[in-house]
Amino acid sequence: MISEGKKRIWNEYQKEIADDHYFYVRSCVRQNFFPGSEKTFLKIMQHELGKDVYENPSHTTCTGIGYHSDIVPFETAMTVIARQFALMTEAGYENLVTSCITSFGLYSEVLETWHHFPELLQKIRMHLKNATGREFNIPKNLAHASDLIYKFRNNIAAKSTNRLINKQTGKPLKAVEHIGCHYSKMFPSKGVGGAEYPYVLIGMIEEWGGEVIDYPERRHCCGFGFRQYLVMANRGYSIACSRKKFESMEPYKPDLILTNCPGCPMFFDRWQYAISEMEGKTYGENDHGIPVLTYEELSGLILGYDPWDLGLQVHQVAVEPLLDKIGVQYNPLEKYQGIDHKDLGKPNMPSILKFY
Amino acid sequence: MGKSVIIIGGGIAGMEAAARIAAMGKEVILLEKSDQLGGHLRKWDRLFPTRRKSDEVFEYLSNGLNDKVTIRLNIKINKIKKDDRHFFVILEDGESLKSDALLLTTGYDLFEAGKKEEYGYGIYDNVITSADLEAMFRNSAEIKTSGNQKPRRVGFVHCVGSRDEKAGHLYCSKVCCVTGVKQAIEIKEKQPDTEIFCFYMDLRMFDRYFEDLYYEAQQKWGIQFIRGRLSESCENPDHSILVKVEDTLTGRPLKMTVDLLVLLSGFVPSSDTNKLADMLGLLPGSDGFLTPVDEHFRTNETQVDGLFLAGTVKGPATIENTITDARSAAISIIKYLEK
Repeated sequence: MISEGKKRIWNEYQKEIADDHYFYVRSCVRQNFFPGSEKTFLKIMQHELGKDVYENPSHTTCTGIGYHSDIVPFETAMTVIARQFALMTEAGYENLVTSCITSFGLYSEVLETWHHFPELLQKIRMHLKNATGREFNIPKNLAHASDLIYKFRNNIAAKSTNRLINKQTGKPLKAVEHIGCHYSKMFPSKGVGGAEYPYVLIGMIEEWGGEVIDYPERRHCCGFGFRQYLVMANRGYSIACSRKKFESMEPYKPDLILTNCPGCPMFFDRWQYAISEMEGKTYGENDHGIPVLTYEELSGLILGYDPWDLGLQVHQVAVEPLLDKIGVQYNPLEKYQGIDHKDLGKPNMPSILKFY
Repeated sequence: MGKSVIIIGGGIAGMEAAARIAAMGKEVILLEKSDQLGGHLRKWDRLFPTRRKSDEVFEYLSNGLNDKVTIRLNIKINKIKKDDRHFFVILEDGESLKSDALLLTTGYDLFEAGKKEEYGYGIYDNVITSADLEAMFRNSAEIKTSGNQKPRRVGFVHCVGSRDEKAGHLYCSKVCCVTGVKQAIEIKEKQPDTEIFCFYMDLRMFDRYFEDLYYEAQQKWGIQFIRGRLSESCENPDHSILVKVEDTLTGRPLKMTVDLLVLLSGFVPSSDTNKLADMLGLLPGSDGFLTPVDEHFRTNETQVDGLFLAGTVKGPATIENTITDARSAAISIIKYLEK
């Protein structure tokens, strides 16, 4: 691998990311999948970095899941997104940041479409006005939330209490990074580092002391692929995609998988359990899986947040081996306690995959 | 004083045109940006379809340059001006060269294979270009991987940067198909145990004996041709290359590992051509190459009186066609000078 070649490409794909004052739109599914992630993002941005991030409870789905499943027409999607822009405009913001990769991809697609077909923009303005009486400005800057963590990765490092270093060996932890397909595969110039060698997550891992693994199936889909999972009959294809990636990354012995999409961590995490039950195969050390984190969860660990406040207890693959390598302080007895210290109940133990 | 011609570009077309014009008694100044004549020819070992050594062609072209040809190497052009009758080529050091006619033979550049990011040139150790492979042939070296091992399997990717809307080049570069076949045979000759796979869209074996070479590759050497464009290549832990391609004849996706992947880079208009075209007010065609005033009858003339074109400055061409075109340009220029 010639690292200079990658650096050349990374330099060609640098995007403008606004410095402050963001209108934040959440994902439809992330609060169910990994409930601490969005909360942690807001905590880091507002309290650690002192940034102005505003969210409006009236915002809705962007329709991305329906759009990519062929059940929501593009004009409907554009009008719903125009409404989010109206909420942003009414709140006095110009920079929009999305939590979801699919939203980011769809917002980018809508803006690009309007750029090339201004008559369509006028039509959507009319639709929104007729339906809601609202008007909107186009955002000056569109970013994905991982872009912001990437942009401020040095500030986070400066405040860090943990590093991606194995406390026992002193060596960098090895991380697999996986960007969601909708981050930059459709519009390479909209993602940090482009589509083929994306840098957004690598930048975080390297800044925080880790080492990134490039493996043969790096570019392959995580397995979600929308209709691969949403259509029940296709789910074998979904798990086969994930398995292909695990088999490909396994020889490099990764310590963690880092993701920036709502779906990818879900499928990497849950399918490791499913594969262990189906085939008796695990991909981590000593019957563990490979821990899968969102970039917000990893940022939180770097900043020394309690892993149970980050929601790491809802992961199907146990994160404790990673916490121990990093040297994160945690109380195992509090893993299944709520914020009010009420017992949340323990999940059933898997047959093969080691869990705590 | 006799009339003179300035030729910009000392590759095949420039050398042959200079030789022919000089043979007809005109003074020629042959300007070349690098420190030697011959252009891309000097980087190639053997030529398709005859497998003639490229040095023989260079020797032939060099022998044609008589004392009426003034060769100027390491030249950088700052400006070109024209009055009613003369061209003035102003060099970077301020020197002004005057002529009655001007011939552009600034050729082509190879497509930068790194722009096809998904193929990993410049990133994966064992992804090389056809030009890199030719350099290995020229050095008479064994073909080896970055790990200094003889490759067991070699893949060739056709149409890299050609016939590719994403790369911005819809045109065919003409010579890459046959170059790939020639190079595949040459690897088999040197290292017969190597398995070779060529990934192609369709093979454009348009010229005489090209088809013969293609048959020889299959029948004599067992080189395998898989119709399908690569979607991506990745690096395995042992630095071999995993390629993904759809075999469009069987309609199935195919994944295979090769030890060395050769990208057959296409032609793009040379950066110098673009600069000179700007100076001279020439408008390129939709493919970026320069266009003569008439594609059938006045194939070397331009809209600018006294300004001529020859060779691959007008688009991809074989060496044979380039030499023929240079001779045609020489005749047109002589006719123009004798008006």
